[in-house]
Amino acid sequence: MAKLTFVGGIHPYDGKDLSKDKPIADLLPKGELVYPLSQHIGAPATPVVAKGDRVLAGQKIAESSGFISAPVYASVSGTVKAIEDRRVVTGDMVKSIIIENDGIYEDVGFYPEMPLEKMEKEDIIHCIKEAGIVGMGGAGFPTYVKLSPKEPDRIEYVIANCAECEPYLTSDYRRMLEEPEKLISGLKIILRLFDKAQGILAVEDNKPDCIKLLKQLTANETRITVKALKTKYPQGAERQLIFATTGRKISSANLPADVGCIVNNVDTIVAVYRAVMEGKPLMERIITVTGDAVMNPRNFRVKIGTNYQELLEAAGGFKGTPEKIICGGPMMGFAMFDLNVPTTKISTALLAFTKDQVAEMEPSACINCGKCMEACPSRIMPGMLAEYAAHGMEEEFIKNYGMECVECGCCSFACPAKRHLTQQIKSMRKTLLAKRKK
Amino acid sequence: MSEMYKVSANPHIRSKVTTSGIMMAVIIALLPATGFGIYNFGIRALWVILVTVASTVLTEFVYGFCRKKPTISDLSAVVTGLLLALNLPVGIPLWMAALGGVFAILVVKLLFGGLGQNFMNPALGARCFLLISFPAYMTDFACDAYSGATPLAVLKAGGEVNVHDMIMGNVAGTIGETSMIAIIIGACILILLGIIDLKVPGSYIVTFVIFIVLFGGNGLDPRYISAQLAGGGLMLGAFFMATDYVTRPVTPMGQIVFGVFLGIMTGVFRVFGPGAEGVSYAIIIGNLLVPLIEKVTKPAAFGVRRNKG
Repeated sequence: MAKLTFVGGIHPYDGKDLSKDKPIADLLPKGELVYPLSQHIGAPATPVVAKGDRVLAGQKIAESSGFISAPVYASVSGTVKAIEDRRVVTGDMVKSIIIENDGIYEDVGFYPEMPLEKMEKEDIIHCIKEAGIVGMGGAGFPTYVKLSPKEPDRIEYVIANCAECEPYLTSDYRRMLEEPEKLISGLKIILRLFDKAQGILAVEDNKPDCIKLLKQLTANETRITVKALKTKYPQGAERQLIFATTGRKISSANLPADVGCIVNNVDTIVAVYRAVMEGKPLMERIITVTGDAVMNPRNFRVKIGTNYQELLEAAGGFKGTPEKIICGGPMMGFAMFDLNVPTTKISTALLAFTKDQVAEMEPSACINCGKCMEACPSRIMPGMLAEYAAHGMEEEFIKNYGMECVECGCCSFACPAKRHLTQQIKSMRKTLLAKRKK
Repeated sequence: MSEMYKVSANPHIRSKVTTSGIMMAVIIALLPATGFGIYNFGIRALWVILVTVASTVLTEFVYGFCRKKPTISDLSAVVTGLLLALNLPVGIPLWMAALGGVFAILVVKLLFGGLGQNFMNPALGARCFLLISFPAYMTDFACDAYSGATPLAVLKAGGEVNVHDMIMGNVAGTIGETSMIAIIIGACILILLGIIDLKVPGSYIVTFVIFIVLFGGNGLDPRYISAQLAGGGLMLGAFFMATDYVTRPVTPMGQIVFGVFLGIMTGVFRVFGPGAEGVSYAIIIGNLLVPLIEKVTKPAAFGVRRNKG
């Protein structure tokens, strides 16, 4: 059988060897923790604590403020030091709650609301909503909204996104190896919401050990199958993942639910498990700290809100002189100019490189080679779209499917002339999306 | 803020493929044909090649120097010079070869905006310029090794040709076009490196064969077909010039359409035209149609039904 995959994509150096064999280590933060009120797509959360309040780990400090929003929980015990604007990874200033960690880690006490067997579908969704769970693969879309499609009976597949196609990232890999039963139980909880759905654990075939382990553990599960996918970036992109596993195609005009699919990331599913089975809100996640400028690349279980500087120090600090620091993967992550920003629900990795490949090479003239088109998983023409973007030709940009771009970065990666195609297309999309909202 | 690190938009990594790397690969892939040309036509072929390449590179250098935007490091001028030389007869006066080089780079490429902006293949544009300006020199294939007429001309006049010699390349013609074997070796290098694929050359050659079977007047005669395939500039044109990134359609479907068009045009020129040749004109006419072909062959995006209009 042909391998499950999609058309387009690239094969970058994956760099996973640096950290893939490093077991997840707990990281206990020392200093203050910063909780931006906007760590998700949607309305920022509203603080429910005031300056000077003592809070416990697991205590809600900000509540959801709309349909598409998510509450925020303290991940340590301590005192609310301030509620003020703080810089976040993207460089923006975002209103945040700052908690002085008292180092005791006293929690509110966690217990499940009720046993799973007694839970109705609405109870499960309520539980996920209250736990503040959002898409932890990077999108940050509130998970409870995703799990509440208009017609739940038309959902045929719940896909666990275990692809981890971004180079260098190993957090999902470690999670699958170390806590596979939580992933599987989490998936089973989600399957309870969709009576007609099959669960799919979709793993790239560069993780054969995970595939073997998950297959063993799901051997007796009638509703769950493990599917091995061809290793290719961006296999974990939602539309490409749906196509590879089910053969169904969607565009930007559709939601996965339109073709009967729901896709969730590994860490998100484990968070669902914790919320439903253990009564724990979302207050920690796995983050990979790696790159050739990191002394000891590691995978950490991090209390959300921990400063990136502490993360780096826990990994032994820098090795050599770092030139570029990235939050997230090298393909879609954010370059950081300062490490003094907090981790959030959607932080997947901290990368530090001694060389900035982007600055090393000057863009030159487009030679029309078409490699950007070959690489594009959305099957659009990045070179042409970047030209339209550069000249502000909005109508042409839209007509030629510019809005179908998923900003995966494949075109910029593949371009022999080193043109900043993704960047140009991205900024045009941002402009157009902002106009659309008006 | 104690330290500041470099920032840029994603992605933060780049592939190792570069423009100059691609150009270098094309140069390497042209070496078998170049080497055979020198072996076949003698040391004068080497002089023609050196003069042409020197003139293209120098033109590019002077232009870049004057505009303070040096571009010779992308090696594209070397490729153009080499391709032009391979398309010239060995007996051409050297000043003419140099003039062709200047025309290719300055008129066909730089005046239209430089690399990536030219509307036709610079080497072929220059070849056709020389053909029109100096037809006597450009069609005189007599040299120490061969008496004159190219096998295609002989074939067209109804004479007998040695197909084996034509495939090996031991015949009269331009410096780099005679050896089908040497050109195919080079083409394989480009295909294996992923620099070209068979969409353009494949559809070109297949269409051409169908055309001459139908209209060539010799039906399915294998000797006639192989002589047509091995003769003239077809192989060099199909694999090295029709595949030029800048002047072929970028859309996959457009590449097939382009190849089919070239096949038909080459057939028309060779069978019905006054001369025995037709590849150069077919390709530059095809080049002119590229914007149109691209416009009608834009692919639909993933998961989207095609937009109207």
